[in-house]
Amino acid sequence: MQWKLDNNTPLYLQIADKVKLGIVSGEYMPGKRIDSVRDMAEQTGVNPNTMQRALSKLEEEGLLSTNRTSGKYVTEDTTLIKRIRDELAKKYVENFLASMKQMGFSGDIILALVQYEVGKGGDASAYNGM
Amino acid sequence: MPVHIMECNSLTKNYGTCKALDSVNLQLDKGKIVGLLGPNGSGKTTLLKLANGLLSPSSGSISIAGNSPGVESKRIVSYLPERTYLNEWMKVKDIVAFFDDFYGNFKREKAFEMLESLGLSQNDKLSSLSKGNKEKVQLILVMAREAELYLLDEPIGGVDPAARDYILNTIIKNYSDNATILLSTHLIQDVERIFDEVVFLNKGQIALQGPVDDIREEKGCSIDELFREVFKC
Repeated sequence: MQWKLDNNTPLYLQIADKVKLGIVSGEYMPGKRIDSVRDMAEQTGVNPNTMQRALSKLEEEGLLSTNRTSGKYVTEDTTLIKRIRDELAKKYVENFLASMKQMGFSGDIILALVQYEVGKGGDASAYNGM
Repeated sequence: MPVHIMECNSLTKNYGTCKALDSVNLQLDKGKIVGLLGPNGSGKTTLLKLANGLLSPSSGSISIAGNSPGVESKRIVSYLPERTYLNEWMKVKDIVAFFDDFYGNFKREKAFEMLESLGLSQNDKLSSLSKGNKEKVQLILVMAREAELYLLDEPIGGVDPAARDYILNTIIKNYSDNATILLSTHLIQDVERIFDEVVFLNKGQIALQGPVDDIREEKGCSIDELFREVFKC
């Protein structure tokens, strides 16, 4: 299966984000070897240089490291993984809030809606006319 | 060892009074997949033919791994022309044997493997194949060579979208780290994900050249969109 990529933004950044998500979600386990650049390029449907660039970016961030003889490994530094996961979470929440505010929802109503959606009480009435 | 697999210096080609290529300077690095893009009549096919020695320059020069196109370059260049040149009366397996005899770097097993994946039978006569299937056979023959430079003129034009994906993946899979692919196409949207770099040709001149992800970053759009913008009619 090929990854869905958007041709409008740099592919290497999109791939780096997807692999990063894989690492923080535990799909790629700490300390485990990931597939070779060539295999990952094939799975993704991009050329190996693009894949190399994406993985190099994650190496710079410390999430991956290269062992010269045996390939690339996910970092064993679980504190770093957790920190990056928190950063990502913050980014998603901020994006979500920005979209909601753009549509005219206030902080209180957003909070009530979120509480309702996660099944912790809250108030769904905001859905029927703010 | 020359650094560039292909190098053009002030390369010019005239057809009578028409300038098909006008002082083109171009260097291609090893290990890159390069898209050669441009509207009809911009000089793409002319450039590829010059690189194969099928045409000779009116002025300027072109070299392949440091040599002028000729016997030496043909050994390392695998070329897919815009038109099919295969003998219609041959069977697929005959043409594979023919290529195997002809080119030292042809990998027979690779060809058969690709034929099988695309559901093409070795015993079919070329004359019985559809236009798209003929194109597939021809591209397989070209990609089954372990060349240093692949020059592909509109490789997927007549091929259905499902086979297109397979062919693009075949290209990614089969090209080695030191091989270069120069690929001309109009189907930018389908192909741009496999490019490292693109060269835009316009009226025989290079309008733009660069790494695709840098272009996406800088222009904030896809190569396909940029093409439509640059060459808007």
